[in-house]
Amino acid sequence: MQHTLDRKNPPELKQIEKIFIPKAEKHTLDNGIPIYVVNAGFQDLVKVDLIFSNLSYDPSEPLLSSATNRMMAEGTAKHSALQLADLIDYYGAFYSTEESPDYCSVNLFTLNKHLSKTLPTLREILTEAVFPESDLATFILNNQQRIVVANEKVNSIARNKFNEIIFGADHPYGHISTKEDYAALKRDSLRDYHRRQYVSEHCSIIVSGKVSPQTLKEINTHLGDTGWSRSNGQVAQIPAVKTKAERRYREEKEGAIQSAIRIGKKMFTRSHEDYPGMAVLNTLFGGYFGSRLMSNIREDKGYTYGIGSAVVSMKDHGYFFISTEVGSNVADAALEEIYKEMDLLRTELVENEELETVRNYMLGSFIKNLETAFHIADRFKSIHMSGLDYSYYDKYLQKLRTIGPDEIQSLAKKYLDPDTMTELVVGPK
Amino acid sequence: MHEDPGTPLATMNILYKVGARDESPDKTGFAHLFEHLMFGGSINIPDYDEPLQMAGGDNNAWTNNDVTNYYLTLPADNLETGFWLESDRMLNLAFSEKSLEVQRNVVIEEFKQRYLNQPYGDVWLLLRPLAYKVHPYQWATIGKEISHVENASMGDVKDFFNRFYCPDNAILVVAGNVKAEKVFELSEHWFGGIQRSVAERKPYPVEPEQTERRELTVERDIPFDSIYRAYHTCSRLDAEFYSVDLLTDIMNRGRSSRMFHSLVKEKNLFSEVNTYMTADFDKGLLIIEGKLVKGVSMKNAEAAIDEELEKLRTGIIKDEEVEKVINKVESTMEFSEMDLADRALNLAIAEYMGDVELVNTEMKLYQSVTGKEIQEQANKIFRDSNCSTLYYLSKERSN
Repeated sequence: MQHTLDRKNPPELKQIEKIFIPKAEKHTLDNGIPIYVVNAGFQDLVKVDLIFSNLSYDPSEPLLSSATNRMMAEGTAKHSALQLADLIDYYGAFYSTEESPDYCSVNLFTLNKHLSKTLPTLREILTEAVFPESDLATFILNNQQRIVVANEKVNSIARNKFNEIIFGADHPYGHISTKEDYAALKRDSLRDYHRRQYVSEHCSIIVSGKVSPQTLKEINTHLGDTGWSRSNGQVAQIPAVKTKAERRYREEKEGAIQSAIRIGKKMFTRSHEDYPGMAVLNTLFGGYFGSRLMSNIREDKGYTYGIGSAVVSMKDHGYFFISTEVGSNVADAALEEIYKEMDLLRTELVENEELETVRNYMLGSFIKNLETAFHIADRFKSIHMSGLDYSYYDKYLQKLRTIGPDEIQSLAKKYLDPDTMTELVVGPK
Repeated sequence: MHEDPGTPLATMNILYKVGARDESPDKTGFAHLFEHLMFGGSINIPDYDEPLQMAGGDNNAWTNNDVTNYYLTLPADNLETGFWLESDRMLNLAFSEKSLEVQRNVVIEEFKQRYLNQPYGDVWLLLRPLAYKVHPYQWATIGKEISHVENASMGDVKDFFNRFYCPDNAILVVAGNVKAEKVFELSEHWFGGIQRSVAERKPYPVEPEQTERRELTVERDIPFDSIYRAYHTCSRLDAEFYSVDLLTDIMNRGRSSRMFHSLVKEKNLFSEVNTYMTADFDKGLLIIEGKLVKGVSMKNAEAAIDEELEKLRTGIIKDEEVEKVINKVESTMEFSEMDLADRALNLAIAEYMGDVELVNTEMKLYQSVTGKEIQEQANKIFRDSNCSTLYYLSKERSN
């Protein structure tokens, strides 16, 4: 079989025309808990994600909600931490928790055949946690050690410090957890917070995987009753954001041979009209391997193993940041190149071909991010937690397909002005 | 080839049978540096990434002691772009001086970022030469020292390419929404004309059995003392692999596991403890590692580890305990098959192990393991003379 082989020119490409977004379907449990169902995939397994919006935030007890969520499986009136873990592990299931300043969630991953065996344990953790003193003491001790180790890493120091500068130490988005915060955790406060937050009124559920009517029935049996219904109407009181005015920060980390750089600013959330356009600009600037920052600072200069930027959207605010770790001897040169790249986007129009690459790359990523039931559930979760619906993705894709060089430049002028950025470098003297 | 009509995507996974164990002792870190150079342009295509991104694709690669693995995912309609890119860089590289110079720097920064500028980062640089005296597993994938990467020359690069980057040293897996027939046709078209390697593969030096206990103590500017124990054990290919894997699961998988419960929760001696196998293609290691709680003496910490090991050697391993870890393996396998790219990788690894069917039969091998076999492995492995211990101590405390 002989073919003429053209190795110089790429094979013809097909444009990504249609993108099908499978949607989560809303059901309601008997006690009123909304449950969003993503039924996809052929593996006979399921993820049950229970989400609880955080009730309150008190700067004097900054770890209350996260510690409560992480500690819940450490013992109930009926079972010890070990027994609870055994009840999950025996069935090959996984229990995990997730904490953010806005909400906490607990996840159960299990094969469908073990769902009815593991749900009772999940329910017990949710409603009967007792936070034993000795388990709390271990939790405090180990987390304090973890903080001390994290503070040895320039990257962790930079991440924490940057958020504090942008949002203020009193805001949950800006608070840096300390050993003292852990030491201040009290069993009674955790129990009280648990009793108030983990009630059916504050719960919503996303279930993804191979979800049958039987799956929903089982979930309803174990979580759909009114036994954990308790209305207490408290609403989160979040302190105001206090961004520091100073623009340049240096933190010394003795003995470091690399410096961590963070540059960025407070920005809007996903619901802002410029968010989709900003997502494209960010990808082009620092959001993928072929980005301007990677091409220049890694692939041309070799200053770093990696550099990237991101637009982050949380419930009430968002931020933009660039992050990298570079050899300390080239930190100043790297800073200069980062600002040069920012200016370039503001002063020169991006070439069509580069924008086309970004567009296609992002469309491809979008499809990839819908690959499994869990991915589809994550896409739903991110709009749901931002108070948006699926029309957001229509707008996003529309923007992605149509944005041109002019709009990229005007967004860069609007949001990537170096004078508005906060700059933090953590490294040796 | 794995057909999945339920996805709009396709994945190409190319595994090259070359890793850090194929390096010479004075030129370590080379397989990994080479992985970086594979993105520096090939004979007919100046830039690997850009055309792939233009096709809506994404890619990455990794290197370990045994293999170098490259994978890309893209819309299934554009699969041929993957064939074009991957076959051209198997055919020949551009060997640009600029790319070599930049990637040397990038890898040096990676060395610093991951191994030198991290607390506990250099553990594997110390533990490997302690446990291996002959076999090339004595150095880490990143290399023994930065100078080996710094000194890499274009001659070395070309030699490495000619020896290892050829069709008879590669396994290609394609998975996704494409027909097998089409994939085989594309494979023939793009890869069919590429020359096989003429280089001979030498067998790897065999690590002699360890006959006495080894230890190394280092002091570092870190907050908490740590201990790392490395025991010699079987390879990924050995029949006893499944028993040893389940042994480490009983010891340390999840919050109901023995080591976690006893050492972290009950006795508060460690803030973290982990037990795992390296699962290498030659004889590998079983590692026990832990970070001590501040104020705990190394003697007490070790005594508690030894007590757990003694229980495994002579105590009872209950049926439920074995069932539990087997159930965990079963669900882990099921979860790991959700991603197309993971399925493709699993196929490539199984093929390299010698039997692609293993992706379907390994679960049975796990299910047939008994508590008695696990105990036998515990007795075989947990002997002082089979152990290398690294005491990684905090400077401030010993001062």
